[in-house]
Amino acid sequence: MSNFSSLEEAAVLVEKPEKSEPLGLFFWICVGWVGLNVFGAIFANVLPLQSPLTESFNAINAGPSLHHLLGTDDLGRDIFSRVVYGSRVSITVGIGAILIGYGIGAPLGMLAAYRRGRFDAILTAVMYLLLAFPAIIATIAVLSFWTPRSLLKIIIVIGIASIPLVYRVIRTATLNVATKDYVVAAKVQGATDRRILMKELLPNIFPIALSFFLIGVATIIVLEGALAFLGLSVNPPTPSWGNMINEARTVLSQNIWLALFPSLALCLFLIGLNFIGDRIRAHFDVTEVKL
Amino acid sequence: MLLVGIVFVISIGSFYLIHLLPGNPATVILGFGATPEAKAILYKQLGLSKPIYLQYFVWLGNVVRGNLGVSFISQTTVSSVIRSALPIDVEIIILSQILAFAAAIPTAMRSARKPDGILDRFLGASSFTLLSIPPYILIVVLVLFISIKLGVSATGPSAYVSLGTDWITNLESLSLPAFTLAIGSYVVYYRVLRSDLIATLQEEFITMARSKGLSQRRIMWRHAFRPSSVALLGAASVNIGGLLAAGFIVQYLLQIPGLGYTLILAINESDFLVVQGIVLTVSVLVVAINFLFDFIINMVDPRISRE
Repeated sequence: MSNFSSLEEAAVLVEKPEKSEPLGLFFWICVGWVGLNVFGAIFANVLPLQSPLTESFNAINAGPSLHHLLGTDDLGRDIFSRVVYGSRVSITVGIGAILIGYGIGAPLGMLAAYRRGRFDAILTAVMYLLLAFPAIIATIAVLSFWTPRSLLKIIIVIGIASIPLVYRVIRTATLNVATKDYVVAAKVQGATDRRILMKELLPNIFPIALSFFLIGVATIIVLEGALAFLGLSVNPPTPSWGNMINEARTVLSQNIWLALFPSLALCLFLIGLNFIGDRIRAHFDVTEVKL
Repeated sequence: MLLVGIVFVISIGSFYLIHLLPGNPATVILGFGATPEAKAILYKQLGLSKPIYLQYFVWLGNVVRGNLGVSFISQTTVSSVIRSALPIDVEIIILSQILAFAAAIPTAMRSARKPDGILDRFLGASSFTLLSIPPYILIVVLVLFISIKLGVSATGPSAYVSLGTDWITNLESLSLPAFTLAIGSYVVYYRVLRSDLIATLQEEFITMARSKGLSQRRIMWRHAFRPSSVALLGAASVNIGGLLAAGFIVQYLLQIPGLGYTLILAINESDFLVVQGIVLTVSVLVVAINFLFDFIINMVDPRISRE
């Protein structure tokens, strides 16, 4: 009986792919989609789009047509160009904030995991202290007092709030690598700390850093949307996905398109980012770090 | 000890918020037409005439005595505002957690029994999609279909009735918020519990239990679930802060007078002392709940505290 069970288990183990998982077609579709969004955000003012701010009272709450691909909103503004321009705010905040998080959190995390000792102990204690503070509530609080709000302030506040999270992920990833034989071998050969950090540790934590980077961008875009929804992000009439959805909810019964398209754009972009991040992690077969 | 440290950091953070305001706090909080009496009350509450580190202790002294100041819009004390709003948040969160656990535990067990089976793939893909739908989109979709298209009563905006008045209508009015929060938690709990159960089921004591001829059901609930529930509780404790924030958004949309709705109104009306009070209360609550979860986790799995 027990033999049978262990055989069964062995079969389950064999079934698991030994090699790294292939990236798959859907992965490249997601990469293409995310790339298209970023392209649209960068070149929005070069592309042949209608102005996102021009109000046209001949076409209010119109459905999709050839002239307005995704219809118009309650002020007759073109939804398609507002969605494209709206991606600018989300993507800028997402990438900008996570860059701040990585710029400070990642070097500290690597150093702490490499050096260990008192430096690591104190820094880790401080970061865990900050992690206990709910980031989104802190963000709401700071942004509601720190007026007037601007895109830069939003990026700074969310960026700082993301530092402890990035620190924890990078530190854990580095700890796993720092005890490997090849790092010890490099040390024995007399490699400098700088060389070990840059040539041995960095390339080996890169996949998980990249994976968490993308998932971090997705998380921050959700947060920015929430802030916009609460009226704490960029001020109208500048479009952002969050404030478009917020404006749409007051005219839900007259104009369903206005709520649908920015929501769809946001969700598809998030699915793309999350999927790419998840695939990269699985592809390089990194054990899941609890986020 | 750590708890004291965190609460200390939170209190400094909440205190300093007032000083992020541009200009003299008294002028910004009270507006230019403020009476000298109102200013005198605020100066006393915040200790504004003293140097900043002493202001902190004046403020802290007041807060410890339960005095969070007076709202200059509604002229009621901030602590009474919080006391009437907080139960609504607690109710929404409890309802959502009951739904989330009730859905996550059985589905995760089904998935873990046959990893990479059809059901597991389906649940995995759908949970991944749900993960990418923010609560503020989900609630808009739900309101559109359930309250507007289907016309289900008492689920739309400003339909809230307090629990004491009519508990059936109360549950109806909180069903969409609770469901929205439950979806977000469900995805997290399902993924965490599934991967932990798969790992637990590889352990030797499970093989042992199987060899004794115990039923699959008994093995799952009695042998695998208890060690795996530690990961589940950990996920739940991390989730609390996000739940509160998602609850804020949902309340704002449906005009349910909980902490979130009160907070947004206060932000829009520049009622800064209310904002400060809510931020302080919520942060301390989240930290306290996290510590409570740590305690429960240690009870469920005593190995953790021995490490």
